[in-house]
Amino acid sequence: MTTVVQSAPVAIGEVHLALLLSGPRHGYDIKRAHDAWFPAERPLAFGQVYATLGRLVRDGHAEVVGTHSEGGPERTVYAITGSGRERLLAWLDDPAPPAGTAGEEIIRKTVVALHATTSGADAERVLSAQRAAHLRRMRQLQRRSTSVDPERSTDLAVRLADRHALLHLDADLRWLEEAAEALRAQPPTAPTPPSPPPSPTPDDQEPQP
Amino acid sequence: MSPDQPSPPDVLAEPTHPLLRLAGISHAHGRTPALHDVDLEVGAGTAVAVTGASGSGKSTLLHVAAGLLAPDAGTVELLGHDLAALDDAERAQLRRRDVGIVLQYGQLVPDLPLLDGVALPLLLDGAALGPAREASRAALAGVGLSAAEDAVPAELSGGQAQLAAVARALVAQPHLVLADEPVASLDPAGAALALDLLWGVVARGGALVLVTHDNVLAARCDREVRLAHGGVQHDLDLR
Repeated sequence: MTTVVQSAPVAIGEVHLALLLSGPRHGYDIKRAHDAWFPAERPLAFGQVYATLGRLVRDGHAEVVGTHSEGGPERTVYAITGSGRERLLAWLDDPAPPAGTAGEEIIRKTVVALHATTSGADAERVLSAQRAAHLRRMRQLQRRSTSVDPERSTDLAVRLADRHALLHLDADLRWLEEAAEALRAQPPTAPTPPSPPPSPTPDDQEPQP
Repeated sequence: MSPDQPSPPDVLAEPTHPLLRLAGISHAHGRTPALHDVDLEVGAGTAVAVTGASGSGKSTLLHVAAGLLAPDAGTVELLGHDLAALDDAERAQLRRRDVGIVLQYGQLVPDLPLLDGVALPLLLDGAALGPAREASRAALAGVGLSAAEDAVPAELSGGQAQLAAVARALVAQPHLVLADEPVASLDPAGAALALDLLWGVVARGGALVLVTHDNVLAARCDREVRLAHGGVQHDLDLR
């Protein structure tokens, strides 16, 4: 039997900060909102949520602002700090690497930008910067393949690899256009209030310090 | 231009002077706004992609730049000439001599064999039939259509008609080419041929403005001007 190692999803800290941008939440609510934003991904494990929140608090990007209990166990409520907000916006402003195989980070950044745009992020600017990063990389790839300078001419294997990267970047751009269109057609709604958690199962108990 | 033409700045001798300059262009088709306060300058040695969703104003922008459509507001300078200061005949002469235009549909005269259809800009400008046909023959050879010299447009495939339109746009060796999806109906080999010819204009110190939906083609250009709802969403330097 092979062991599947589940690595942390890309930019998990930033996504937690984005989920806190619209208001304080407890861990269960963060997990629920994350899974709704990224339905194609594996649901977030509670251990991951609390470990991530712990790191964000340690680094001053989030803080504990109280506890919340509505017929269930007492849950710690977290809020984003000024430093967390700065960190999130800086991450959004930095386009994902135009690598052609970095799809996951582009999806996370774009989805976060679309959701966070009512809370201070500028989704159009994020999408535009990502398009710029992609087009510049695509231009480099094309110049390398069409170069007539023998010093810089490339062999077939490199040209084929460049073409593969170029067409994947094109696919990313088409997806970005659709995402931008979706944003214009249906602006993200205001954040939903935290839901009361269901009865706890042994699996989702908030770890006690 | 002939001596009776107004004398504009010599844009080719002055690399800092744009070959195309649009300032404050607004235009509406009836009550539907198509362009709103658009500025665009294109300098020598530059290829510019104009992109955006359908209906964002790309084709209207190209028609305004070519002087085929007078904008409701704003200024168009083509190779240093203010188009509003020229009459129809002068604008047509400017286009025939110095501006190659590739539109999506209906550019070839239906009844003329290709050899004369492609030579038409030169013939209308007073060139003798012999030299004009020689230039046309060379332009058609450049796009691989030598065998179709005697064909009329109805006998051509969509791809051949598009290649012929590129040949006609380049026959007078223009300094500026304005093209609307010039390779959209071509196969990869035809597209590569046409694009190399269009980029030849840039290599000779001219300029190219390409309206396109194709991201790969946009990323071959030096700049991307992206339109949204008739306005410039971004103007990116890709170099």
